[in-house]
Amino acid sequence: MAIAGAILSRLLKAAITLLAIAILNFFLIHAAPGDPATVLAGEAGAADPQMIADLKARFGLDQPFYVQLLQYVGNIMTLDLGYSFRQGQPVLDLILERLPATLILTLTAFWISLLAGVALGVAASARVGKFTDSLITGTALLFYATPLYWAALMAVLVFSVQLGWLPGFGYETVGSGYAGLTRIWDILLHLILPALTLGLFFMAVYMRMTRASMLEVGQQDFVKTARAKGLAPSIIRRRHILRNALLPVVTLAGLQAGQLVGGAVLTETVFAWPGIGRLMFESLAARDYNTILGVFLVSAAMVIVFNIITDLVYRLIDPRIGQKA
Amino acid sequence: MSVLKITDLSIALPQGADRAFAVQDCSYQIAAGEILCVVGESGSGKSMTANAVMGLLPEGVTVATGTAEFGGKDILTVSDAEQRALRGDRIAMIFQEPMTALNPLMRIGDQIAEVFEAHKRHTPAERRAKALDLIREVQLPDPEKIIRAYPFQLSGGQRQRAMIAMALALEPELLIADEPTTALDVTTQAQILKLILDLRDRRGMAVMFITHDFGVVAEIADRVIVMRYGEIVERGTATEVLEAPQHDYTKRLLAAIPSGLVAASSEVAKAPALEIRNLEKTYRVGGGLFRQPREVRAIDTVSLSIARGEVLGLVGESGSGKSTLGRAVVRLVTPDAGEVIVGGTDMAALTASDLRAARHKVQMVFQDPYASLNPRHRVMRALTDGPIAKGVAKDKARARARELMETVGLGADAVDRFPHEFSGGQRQRIGIARALAMDPELIIADEAVSALDVSIQAQVLDLLRDLRLRFDLSILFITHDLRVAAQLCDRIAVMQKGKLVEIGPVSEVFLNPQHSYTQTLLAAVPGGGWGQAAQ
Repeated sequence: MAIAGAILSRLLKAAITLLAIAILNFFLIHAAPGDPATVLAGEAGAADPQMIADLKARFGLDQPFYVQLLQYVGNIMTLDLGYSFRQGQPVLDLILERLPATLILTLTAFWISLLAGVALGVAASARVGKFTDSLITGTALLFYATPLYWAALMAVLVFSVQLGWLPGFGYETVGSGYAGLTRIWDILLHLILPALTLGLFFMAVYMRMTRASMLEVGQQDFVKTARAKGLAPSIIRRRHILRNALLPVVTLAGLQAGQLVGGAVLTETVFAWPGIGRLMFESLAARDYNTILGVFLVSAAMVIVFNIITDLVYRLIDPRIGQKA
Repeated sequence: MSVLKITDLSIALPQGADRAFAVQDCSYQIAAGEILCVVGESGSGKSMTANAVMGLLPEGVTVATGTAEFGGKDILTVSDAEQRALRGDRIAMIFQEPMTALNPLMRIGDQIAEVFEAHKRHTPAERRAKALDLIREVQLPDPEKIIRAYPFQLSGGQRQRAMIAMALALEPELLIADEPTTALDVTTQAQILKLILDLRDRRGMAVMFITHDFGVVAEIADRVIVMRYGEIVERGTATEVLEAPQHDYTKRLLAAIPSGLVAASSEVAKAPALEIRNLEKTYRVGGGLFRQPREVRAIDTVSLSIARGEVLGLVGESGSGKSTLGRAVVRLVTPDAGEVIVGGTDMAALTASDLRAARHKVQMVFQDPYASLNPRHRVMRALTDGPIAKGVAKDKARARARELMETVGLGADAVDRFPHEFSGGQRQRIGIARALAMDPELIIADEAVSALDVSIQAQVLDLLRDLRLRFDLSILFITHDLRVAAQLCDRIAVMQKGKLVEIGPVSEVFLNPQHSYTQTLLAAVPGGGWGQAAQ
């Protein structure tokens, strides 16, 4: 009951937030100089004013600003994200076409970083001050400090170019005609390098946070109570310390999850991964307003959705939330 | 037959500690069915022996010499695994802070059942049934509900009962209770003490009860050990130690306890320093788009006044609204309705800028002397910031600061030191000096001596009494400790659930309480009988 109410209330707020974001995005895009008509005409090599005016009329760009805004808002209400004149396709189709690739990449990276980060953090905290701890903390610091694009390029150079173990770019082997399991295996091989590169930074963040949190919770009174019961150290660590130590990690994971759609631009570019990030980058260069707005909106919606999911996960882990009042 | 026999135990502190040994050459025994109270002030090493017996010494602290014989073995030298097998099974422990001693994310029933699991007893279903029995035995209400509840849904006293249930699960021969009632209200404390006495009678277990409170000792102890700086300075039966203490330190500790003796209140009939009229404050918690907020009436139509030069004691249990009332007078909390008149101005109605100008009229002394001074500022700055902001010339404020430090007994030169160079009691003196520096019309002391050891507490109370005579101070003295209130105050106001239930001269309220709640409170003060016998 309480949860259903909370979800409903959150969804309502989310819709309002999303609308505000859409309007803000619209203003932002129109504040930028240049418009797609000029770019298209310029590329065609004919900056003929008549042609530009025709193009503008076709795109609805000759309408007053507020009319364009109202039209835009009206359209997104009906899930119509507009038409990309560059790509000659509806924006929604473009995004839906690219979304799976991005989600596969970012979700894999997300889970790798979360699971490995927490595991390493627990391992480091269990041997605090010893060699294992220093090794884990040191490696994490290295990952933390390495720029993503550099790590990505190095990964391609070493594992793909030099060693030839893994494919260095793309989503799958083009023109291979693989199907079924073979295709999945092919995608998996292509996935390894970009997912690892993307996940390294957050893995380091989770590791550091888990370690610090474990050490802090380990000092608390209820841990002493657990020891006084005669529980084995492994049970105390898992059941009493880890569960409590995970709370701040979940908060951070929620933030990272919000970046699932928009946060992979660099990685997608380096690895030629056909995802949303690259779509956004290309559209930006081409002043493809509708597509950019569409990507922005979907990214914003993702952030909101994952915030709600984080809150729900929090409720599951921590009984105090949502019942205190 | 002694259950636990400790011989020549010394516990070494890590290098760089303020002394080499936390506990030195301690020997004592506890017999089955006996309650031994280990008494001492903070830092006396009273908990360390217990931690050593449990195998729960903090990192870096080690047993240097000595033995602790339990069940025919020296449990200080057995393996970790063997020690773990004893813990929770044959020796159990309960701790001081019920609010933090339970895992906030686990249901109460699971936390109790965990004890059986740790020692591989019973099936999960039996564990649950046993947990239910234990919850009943420690008299928690509605056992079926409690077993599924989370710690945050229980009050402090209920959590301590749950802790006791855990400790009793495997019928230990020895129960170690480390200040188990210190964090509780008096009425709750009385119930928990009674519960421990009952359980001891029913199960015949030995109890090591660690406390700093001689009132609790009088209530519960069979035998007493008094510790200071890691050494046992006095031992004997409860009556011997309480009635005829031998060691100076024990005598001083006992003398320092505010006795039940009630001073004749001086007649005060001057102009009021503070007048509170129909004050109200309601907190709304929770609530949202789909939920009704819950209302808590923290202050429910309270009216009272404090005369110039009078000390009014405001007593009540946690949640009674006594602290909210104090904060409303300083306007740290803005009341919903009513007037707070200090020296002719209504503090409750001032605008933000007027309030800033009027704030100096009421000053607060806070409970925690460690948290209430900025650790990066010298004492001089703590004492002069306020007056300078008020418009006092820098030189004058500095001179006054030195003078005040002299007044509170710390010496004028101490102004150049940092707070961490002072002890808790000394910091509380700085807190008082800081309040005085503003030349307030009223001082609010919110549990100002509650965090201090008894002997330090007595000194600070002496200081307050002295200052009050010298400067004709008006003080609103908020406390949960009725003995302390009796020592310092002229009149006592008793609050319960936001309402003022009784107010009157100290002697009347204490010797002839009218309201049933006041009577309950007084009856619950531990060692009540002993306190009166001492007169």
